[in-house]
Parts: sequence; structure tokens; C-alpha cells
Amino acid sequence: MKYLKQFGLFCWDFVVGDDWRLAAGVVVGVGLSYVLAHRGMNAWWLLPALIVVGLALSVGMVGRGARQVASKAQTGESPQQPIEDS
Amino acid sequence: MHEFLLVGATFFACLVEMVEALTIVLAVGATRGWRSAIYGTVASTVVLAALVMTLGPRLAALPIGSLRLVVGGLLLVFGLGWLRKAILRAAHLKQLHDEQSIFEEQEHEAREVERTSGAVDWYSFTVAFKGVLLEGLEVAFIVVTFGGAQHSVGMASVVAAAAAIIVLIAGLVVRRPLVQVPENTLKFAVGIMLVTFGIFWSSEGAGIQWPGGDAALVPMLVYVAGASLLMARLLRRTGTLDSRREAVA
Repeated sequence: MKYLKQFGLFCWDFVVGDDWRLAAGVVVGVGLSYVLAHRGMNAWWLLPALIVVGLALSVGMVGRGARQVASKAQTGESPQQPIEDS
Repeated sequence: MHEFLLVGATFFACLVEMVEALTIVLAVGATRGWRSAIYGTVASTVVLAALVMTLGPRLAALPIGSLRLVVGGLLLVFGLGWLRKAILRAAHLKQLHDEQSIFEEQEHEAREVERTSGAVDWYSFTVAFKGVLLEGLEVAFIVVTFGGAQHSVGMASVVAAAAAIIVLIAGLVVRRPLVQVPENTLKFAVGIMLVTFGIFWSSEGAGIQWPGGDAALVPMLVYVAGASLLMARLLRRTGTLDSRREAVA
């Protein structure tokens, strides 16, 4: 059971990576495209738009986190959000 | 067009991952002897080949619509992970991959561990096996999904093998990490290609008709590349990782 759980976590980390919200966005985007396509609307623009917005939000959050680290360091507070290292 | 991009993405993905694997194998091989490191490398290569040979034909048997929906979605999620990391690296918000420092770190660790008696040095075997397997799994994933969605797993496998052989030969010649390979740039390019194809195939699998058919891939590639470069540029304006580290220190 322990190994199965470890394997599951490895697979999750391998495919989904650092931000699960991007994966959730893909599921929502592909699902919406499917529903719209099967209701007669060819929404080819939907997934590309969602992906770029999702990616921008994801990397933007890291940028904001890094700015908070820097500003807290300047004001002498201990940083709450680490910068990604690996 | 599809074939050209398939070859490019698979080749460069395999190239960068094998450069990383080579660094690990070189570090343990040079420090503790080559035999066990080579055994570990060969064993993991066999596992990876078996994985591709098992999954590839099964995917090829699936109907193309469902295959592209599932595989395209998986490729998109996986590619977004690559592209996200590449953007953060380009914006200096994530450490750049540095083969020389990884080599030195691995070499140091390999020296610390005591050698066991016997024909096989299990430390070297395990480190080489794990290193090649973990790096190679990403390549196997790309070969199976990228190749599978086009029913070209065979071609993708040949391209990946060619890249691995090139890295192996280069590694044997120079006997040190291939620091000259622009890994971070290549990873950025591969991430863009994976996301482009992921969007294209998963949309097609969902029933979307692309305006212009396959020709829509080119503007899509330009769109993803442009948006990614813009994100990296805007993020870079917020300051570098080093400057923030200095602020923290």
C-alpha cells in the first residue's frame, strides 16, 4: 500500500508538476471545448486563450511571491514564501 | 510539418535529458569505476525501451480521436510544467540547470560512500540506474505521447535513440559534463512545442475543427512562443533571483 501510494505520488508529480492548477485548467479547458463542440460551437480559440491566461497567472504568482520575499527582507520580517530553487 | 516538429521536439527533449543523465553517470563512473555505472545505465535503458515498446503499440491501436483527446491533454499538462519552469528560469526566478555544479556535487557524494566488496559496486549501479531512468522517463513519455498521437512511435523512438547516441559519443570523447549544450534554451523550445501540440491535439480530440487545418499549427506555435517570451520578459523586470537572494541575506 505504501509503495502504491509512493508510485501514485511520483506519477502525479511527474505529469502534473509544480502547479496542479495548470492541470486543472487543462481539464476545464478541454472539457468546455468538448461540450461546446458537441453543441455546434467551434470554440477553437478557447483552449489557447485559457492556457496562456493560466500560465501567466501561475508564473505571475511566483513573481509576486519573490517580490514579497524581497520586500519582507527589506523590512526585516522573515519571508513566508520561498523562491523556487530546483 | 507535423513530422518536422515531432522530430525536433523529441530530438531536443532527449538531448537535454540525456545530457543530465550523462552528468550523473560520468560523476559516479569517474569516481568509483566505470563497470557498475555502465551496468546501471544499460539496465535502465532496457527498462525504458521495454516501456516504450509496451505502451507504443497499445496507443497505436486506439482510435485517433480519443487518443488525441487523452494524449493531447496529458502532453499539454506535461508540457505546461516544462514551459513554466523554462519561463521561471529565463526570468531568473528559478536556478538555471548547471551541469558542472551537479557533476561536482555527485562526485563529492560518490566519494563519501564506502565501496562494498564484490563484482558490482551497487552504489554506482543504483545511482546510474536511477539517474538514467528518471531523466529517460521524460523522454519515454514524450516519445509515447508525441509519437502515439501521430501514430509514429517508431520514428520518435529512432530520433530519441539518435539523440542519446550523440550525447553518449560526445560524453565518451570529452569525459566531462556537456556544459556547452544550451540546456535551458532547448528546454524552453521543447516546452513551447509540447504545449503547442498539446493544445492542437486535445482540441481536435474534443471535436474542435482548426481554421486552416494542420496549417494552424504554425500560428499556434508563434502564439505560444510569443506569449511565453513576453511572460519571461515581464517577470525579469521584477528583478533577478540573485538580487532577491541578496535582499534576503
